[in-house]
Amino acid sequence: MSIRIPLAALLGLFFTGLFFLVAVFAPLLAPYGYDEVVSSGFWDPSSSEYWLGTDGIGRDLLSRIIYGLRTTIWIATLATLLSFTTGSVLGFLAAVMGGWVDQALSRFVDLIMSIPSLIFALVILSITPITITVLILVMGFLDSTRVYRLARAVAVDITVMDYVEAAKLRGEKYIWIIFREILPNALSPLVAEMGLRFIFMVLFISTLSFLGLGIQPPQADLGGIVRENAEGLTYGIGAALYPAITIALLAISVNLVADWVLARTTSLKGGRG
Amino acid sequence: MGPIAKLLAQRISLGLLLLLLVSIVIFVGTSILPGDVAQQILGQSATPEALANLREELGVNDPPVTRYLNWLGGLLTGDLGTALTSGQSINEAIGRRLSNTLFLAVCAAVIAVPLAIFLGLLAVRYQERWPDKAISASTLTTISMPEFVIGYIMMFIFGVQLRWFSPTAVGYRPEADFFTRLESIALPVIVLTLVVLAHMMRMTRAAILNVMQSAYIETAELKGMSTFSVIRKHAFPNAVAPIVNVVMLNLAYLVVGVVVVEVVFVYPGMGQYLVDHVTKRDLPVVQACGIIFAAIYIGLNLVADVVSIVTNPRLRHPK
Amino acid sequence: MTDTPLLKVRNLKIGATVYPPGERPQEIEIVHGVDFELEGGKVLGLIGESGAGKSTIGLATMAYGRGGVELTGGEVWVNGRDILQSGLRDVRRLRGAEVTYVSQSAAASFNPAKKIMEQVTEAAILQKKFSKKEAEARAVELFRKLGLPDPENIGNRYPHQVSGGQLQRCMTALALCPQPDLVVFDEPTTALDVTTQIDVLAAIKEAIRDTGVAALYITHDLAVVAQVSDQIMVLKMGEMVEYGSTDQIINNPQEEYTQALVSVRSIRHEEKVPTENPLLRVEQITARYRGTNFDVLKNVNVELHPGQTLAVVGESGSGKSTLARVITGLLPPRDGQIVFDGRTLTPELATRSLEDLRELQMIYQMADTAMNPRQTVGTIIGRPLEFYFGLKGRKKQERIQELLDEIELGEGFQDRYPAELSGGQKQRVCIARALAAKPKLIICDEVTSALDPLVADGILKLLLKLQKIEDVSYLFITHDLATVKAIADSIAVMYQGEVVRYGSKSEVLAPPFDDYTDLLLSSVPEMKLGWLEEVLAHRKMESAGH
Repeated sequence: MSIRIPLAALLGLFFTGLFFLVAVFAPLLAPYGYDEVVSSGFWDPSSSEYWLGTDGIGRDLLSRIIYGLRTTIWIATLATLLSFTTGSVLGFLAAVMGGWVDQALSRFVDLIMSIPSLIFALVILSITPITITVLILVMGFLDSTRVYRLARAVAVDITVMDYVEAAKLRGEKYIWIIFREILPNALSPLVAEMGLRFIFMVLFISTLSFLGLGIQPPQADLGGIVRENAEGLTYGIGAALYPAITIALLAISVNLVADWVLARTTSLKGGRG
Repeated sequence: MGPIAKLLAQRISLGLLLLLLVSIVIFVGTSILPGDVAQQILGQSATPEALANLREELGVNDPPVTRYLNWLGGLLTGDLGTALTSGQSINEAIGRRLSNTLFLAVCAAVIAVPLAIFLGLLAVRYQERWPDKAISASTLTTISMPEFVIGYIMMFIFGVQLRWFSPTAVGYRPEADFFTRLESIALPVIVLTLVVLAHMMRMTRAAILNVMQSAYIETAELKGMSTFSVIRKHAFPNAVAPIVNVVMLNLAYLVVGVVVVEVVFVYPGMGQYLVDHVTKRDLPVVQACGIIFAAIYIGLNLVADVVSIVTNPRLRHPK
Repeated sequence: MTDTPLLKVRNLKIGATVYPPGERPQEIEIVHGVDFELEGGKVLGLIGESGAGKSTIGLATMAYGRGGVELTGGEVWVNGRDILQSGLRDVRRLRGAEVTYVSQSAAASFNPAKKIMEQVTEAAILQKKFSKKEAEARAVELFRKLGLPDPENIGNRYPHQVSGGQLQRCMTALALCPQPDLVVFDEPTTALDVTTQIDVLAAIKEAIRDTGVAALYITHDLAVVAQVSDQIMVLKMGEMVEYGSTDQIINNPQEEYTQALVSVRSIRHEEKVPTENPLLRVEQITARYRGTNFDVLKNVNVELHPGQTLAVVGESGSGKSTLARVITGLLPPRDGQIVFDGRTLTPELATRSLEDLRELQMIYQMADTAMNPRQTVGTIIGRPLEFYFGLKGRKKQERIQELLDEIELGEGFQDRYPAELSGGQKQRVCIARALAAKPKLIICDEVTSALDPLVADGILKLLLKLQKIEDVSYLFITHDLATVKAIADSIAVMYQGEVVRYGSKSEVLAPPFDDYTDLLLSSVPEMKLGWLEEVLAHRKMESAGH
């Protein structure tokens, strides 16, 4: 079977791979330290020494962005993993066990979801210390509600299938049913969703940092770097645009890959993607 | 009308209950203090007596339930308290800023909603052809970017380089006449519109497509009706409800988008107010803003549900 | 006899676009050059299995292609002009005025937001055939002729306020209201309950005769089409197999395929005599679903003997599927017990022993959802072997192949996935899965209802063969009396949760009948002309109209 990857997905895969590689090998790739003040001026234009110029206090912008990308991806990945595992496990549990477990979890999730995530995060962050751990926990927890709903819906769809009943009638244990009957069929919609959750985390942490409630200086993620250089925009200095566009490119490329995965797997083997 | 009235009553009371529970969540969320409020206000050099007095005044020593009920009572009677950091009445501040924010949001909504429906129809009419793909690609791009990214790009290109609009809304005066006001908020409105439009348009497209693929549309075509008649007489009446539902759900995006957009463009609204005071850890403000935003969000979702109920033919004409 | 027939189709070719996963979309031909004619006032039956192209051809007479379907070649002459060459304007004048359409599912084809009368008269008014008043009067008259209750006022109702059978008749009224020359009936009774089908069929036949309209009657059931049409065309995979008068097709079919269709369900089976000890005893079972306040099963008592088949017959709502759920332990009964092989089974599935579970197996109606799409055929059949007998490795592989041979599938199937199999093959794999456990009793829940008639026949023959070889008993649940006649040894007829008639096959199928059994028996169309009129003359009980 010939596998044709559409151009959009190829671009997406390429850029996503590129960004992740840069994030992993940041210390090797960045020409300068993330905190190094290299120039006596500020917002110097791009030159052969500083490819993107310098930022507001004379640090190499390119290095800053490379490390920022690393921080953003690192946090987004951890938060996605947290949100994903919590949401899926609880969602499956609710679907398979039903009854009051399902009711209690679902009502609780409904309650959390009736406050917009950003607002909720702001409220919580107004009293907690703002550390990376806290940020990952807050973002992961808030977003797990969406994963819960999807995982539960997918699992419920599957549990009503006759082949699950056939397994029950055979005498199979719960564990077997969840891992051998339900999970393989739930994977593809969930995997595609994981991509979307990752994008959401990237946007979320960037927005929080931009508002000053994310990563605290001197460390910075992409959103923080935008915030640092935002002032320059009104003077016609486009330094803040570089990290901003990086965020956009990262999100768009992951989106393209996620779209492609979803389109491909819904048509595979039996179509129950 | 029996079953509808019953369902409506159920749904509305559920919404009110939800609001109450959310208020508890917000209050609890902000009451688990790792630090000391009184200390934060008076600073390091405060005397123990001053601290004790302030704590007494703030009611910090009362049991949590009493504090919650006091706060709730205040909310219901319209007294939102005073800001810790500035001592100003929150009511006054929110009064001004809420109307500013609503003005911004309504302008964006007024443009976004008709545009989203129009583009949705266009995408369905030219399904899978280039207009549909172009619209799909641009909305995909837009929803992949955080609001502040879109904001700064717009600001840089249209505000600073091209000078078509004023780059920030810091000079916004609510007393000025309508057109001056519009001018100063042009960019924030455009950015908000783009954000909401992208999400809304994708969903209106899906809703319209869903209706157009129903079997009764085929029946109408097989009666020899022109495409326009089919849409007008058969598709439209059944598409109104899902579209209104989509619109309401997406207006909720406005609630979030407005916060970021106000910060980007330095607009004196509720969003900026909230963010400023989160950084300052001014809890009464955070609680008040939190509950107001949540109420608007819940309200919009409630309207969406109500519309779904009221327009369902099975409920309007029971067996 | 007029010289220009109403409808003349020459070398009609129809194509469609398919989208294989991961590849470019392809254009394929689904109808390969079909010819036929129809005179005014006559009925032509289009018969074939799924995929034959009958609906596609029917819609082509209105120059319409559903989904990605395109009319790629040939001519379709209606009232003297080739509509495939006409512009869209002309075609729109034809639709709803000269040619109208009755779809398989009226429930989906009516706009839920508009009243029935408005939709029934819409075409007539739009095409300027009648004024609003005239059209409404015609509609009421048609409602009356079609046997609808309260014909004066039923038009004021909304589609969801009337039953499925009534709605199907409304759709027929919709098609007849503009006084067309030709009506295309696309499987109009397939989605209805067995007993309602006959009423609606009779109503349609009356209406056709009364109005003198010509009709294309599309169905997969040869017995049904024999009751309504003057001529029949047999289709297979987009090609015509045979074309002739109804008399000739039914009584003297020439082609092998046609002969197979005509002799469907004519399997003869020797009825077995019950032995001393029944394998399964259902004693005084009463059951209801949690959260409801009425009994779905009321004091059900039946027996099943080793190596024999008990057919449980009923329509939707009779409780037959619920009985299966009680027997398997999925729904504990409120009263009564199940005795299997001499021992009383515990009411709940979770408390049953492995032996109990192994000896009682089930096969489902929809093979698509009965198998995990991510498991290969080998895994599906192999699991019970591992689970019950601890078979592994080569022994397991050999046994799997043995089973595949038994279900007549042969080599090369172990690594295939369910999606790669045909409907009949899928059901065979499900049978193999049940057999792998070496059960004493297999519950067959409507296992042939979703299959084409010829494929269903194959499955029934296989089941009978396996019963002889493995000496297994079947509890065969179905709504189809023809199937029952073919394979049952004893029969239980269920109606609204009660067993209304029970005994050996010969007893149950011999008169005198209770009203309901009489109704059921008279709802199975037989492959002979004039059967419909006979049956209607005899019927005493009203069908529920579903």
